[in-house]
Amino acid sequence: MSQKPHLDRESGRHLFKQMLRIRRFEAKCAELYQAQKIRGFLHLYDGEEAVAVGVMQALEDSDAIVATYRDHGHALARGLPMTTLMAEMYGKAEGCSRGRGGSMHFFDRARRFYGGNAIVGGGLPLAIGIAMADKQLRPGAVTACFFGEGAAGEGAFHESINLAELWDLPVLFVCENNLYAMGMPLELAEAETDISRKADAYRTPNEAVDGMNPIAVEGAARRAVESIRGGNGPYFLECRTYRFRAHSMFDAQLYRTREEIELWRERDPLPRMQKWLEETHMLSPQELREIEADVEAEIGKAVAFAEQGQWEKIEELERFVLVDEVPE
Amino acid sequence: MKELAANANTNRMTYREACRQAIREALIDDPRTFLMGEDVGLYGGCYAVSKGLLAEFGPQRIRDTPLAEATFVGAGIGAAMAGLRPIVEIMTCNFSLLALDQIMNNAATIPHMSGGQFAVPLVIRMATGAGRQLAAQHSHSLEGWFAHIPGLKVLAPGTIEDARFMLKAALADPNPVMIFEHIVLYNAEGDLDPDVTCVDIAKARIRRSGRDISILTYGNSLPKSLAAAEALAAEGIEAEVVDLRVLRPLDNATIFESVARTRRCVIVDEGWKSGSISAEIAARLSEDLFFELDAPIRRLCSREVPVPYAAHMEEAALPQTPQIINAARSLVKPR
Repeated sequence: MSQKPHLDRESGRHLFKQMLRIRRFEAKCAELYQAQKIRGFLHLYDGEEAVAVGVMQALEDSDAIVATYRDHGHALARGLPMTTLMAEMYGKAEGCSRGRGGSMHFFDRARRFYGGNAIVGGGLPLAIGIAMADKQLRPGAVTACFFGEGAAGEGAFHESINLAELWDLPVLFVCENNLYAMGMPLELAEAETDISRKADAYRTPNEAVDGMNPIAVEGAARRAVESIRGGNGPYFLECRTYRFRAHSMFDAQLYRTREEIELWRERDPLPRMQKWLEETHMLSPQELREIEADVEAEIGKAVAFAEQGQWEKIEELERFVLVDEVPE
Repeated sequence: MKELAANANTNRMTYREACRQAIREALIDDPRTFLMGEDVGLYGGCYAVSKGLLAEFGPQRIRDTPLAEATFVGAGIGAAMAGLRPIVEIMTCNFSLLALDQIMNNAATIPHMSGGQFAVPLVIRMATGAGRQLAAQHSHSLEGWFAHIPGLKVLAPGTIEDARFMLKAALADPNPVMIFEHIVLYNAEGDLDPDVTCVDIAKARIRRSGRDISILTYGNSLPKSLAAAEALAAEGIEAEVVDLRVLRPLDNATIFESVARTRRCVIVDEGWKSGSISAEIAARLSEDLFFELDAPIRRLCSREVPVPYAAHMEEAALPQTPQIINAARSLVKPR
């Protein structure tokens, strides 16, 4: 059964390593933020890594991604080079958006990464259009659209699911339900807190899954993608997850308790996955050291790349406001 | 194409028919192009622009949408980013406010914010303006607002020819282009020059030459300004009428050349005066052409009220021909 995640040594270690790349990359970003190398808004994905990593396992290179402003995890899991991401964080010309986007707006045309979108719910309509184009130009391709549960409050969320279902579009809606829209608790924002049920209203097949478990997310994403590629229209996947750190770097977290955070930390996908791999003899201490060393080396290279990067020339400031041709 | 040519033989047509032929031609020319919007299909378009196109092209290319402006405009943006060449119709500019986030935060922003990796070759058409007693919520003139936004091109066809050919140029442009069709003009009739098959969307056009004063205008204020120029001619004042056509980016060269020659100008704009496109043009003229001017710049705009329903109040709220005549006269022959 293709729906079932491959739980062999290689894929188990892959899931772990991908999550570790995101976790450590962001830890470095937070450090660089304190050092004022990175400025602006910085929204960390810390705790939610299993979602992006699990979903990306089910996607092909020909599929498209629409991400949110909390997009580091999506970008790394999708395979955007860490070097150009870090350069973008620094605001350098070598960055994946040439320094014009920063942390919230990673783009990569070659990898069909249609951007981190910083208006909550703003990416869903784009996904509808990308899927319309794919249906005509790239049959079989799926657009995976990530958003938080806060998006469910926006009209565009409802309009988009309705249109995707109505027009039978190949969209995988991935709701990253981390229980807080910035500081707004889900139960204060939604009359129906069971987000996946909202898709029922549009007759869209849906599933809620443990977003702290990459294997469960991968399995659900494979089921979803198989359904979409089978011509059954969109699919709605709610991943129940948690953000361990503050919303951004300017957040006193008055809206939740330390106890709650600690409780969720017990479900941290990284130590759990590591423990499971060790217990099942899929990961030896030596292999763990190798993975950690790889990740640290990759981060070191990314930081060096960003440090050595150039500032975009001010003469280029207005470049791309209007373009001369459609890039191929 | 043969059928299109046969239709085009009738050179006299309405602005509405010109818009319709433009869409039809675009659909014939490019399989990546489709029309999407509220009531564009079965209903034939709120202003009957797309009447008959559903039967000819089918529901994949003439797509009726639910009343979900944010999403169908955003879908147009996504489709354009991923390789199609959509025409999105927003029934009237009044409803474009529901899609403003998508237009401003996505269409206008993504090409730059992605470092040039993604273009948004999208055309958004919408009806604009007042003059049909539709009251405030259906009578706004928002083209000036959109002209504030870098990353967009903003067109305002004021002639049958522009209604017929601006769309083709807009679709060929790799950037998001917004076309504002004036509701009063849909029934206007005119002759198309059979030799014209395209128009540029970079330049303003001088619709009537004159040496004494430049009247700078667009949209439904264009016929009003031409009527004013005709009346002024009878009293010996030769007014030049410049059809702005393109509100973003503004064609400084044509505007400046005309005003530098006539040394006087009045700007006629159906938008509200405060923060309007007329304000922008007046500011540019005073910045760059101050010493060429023989008279203060005058502006005729809509009165600063929500456009009312009753005919006499609506008429009083909008710039009208007699006011244009008076303004021009007062500048050319001050007492």
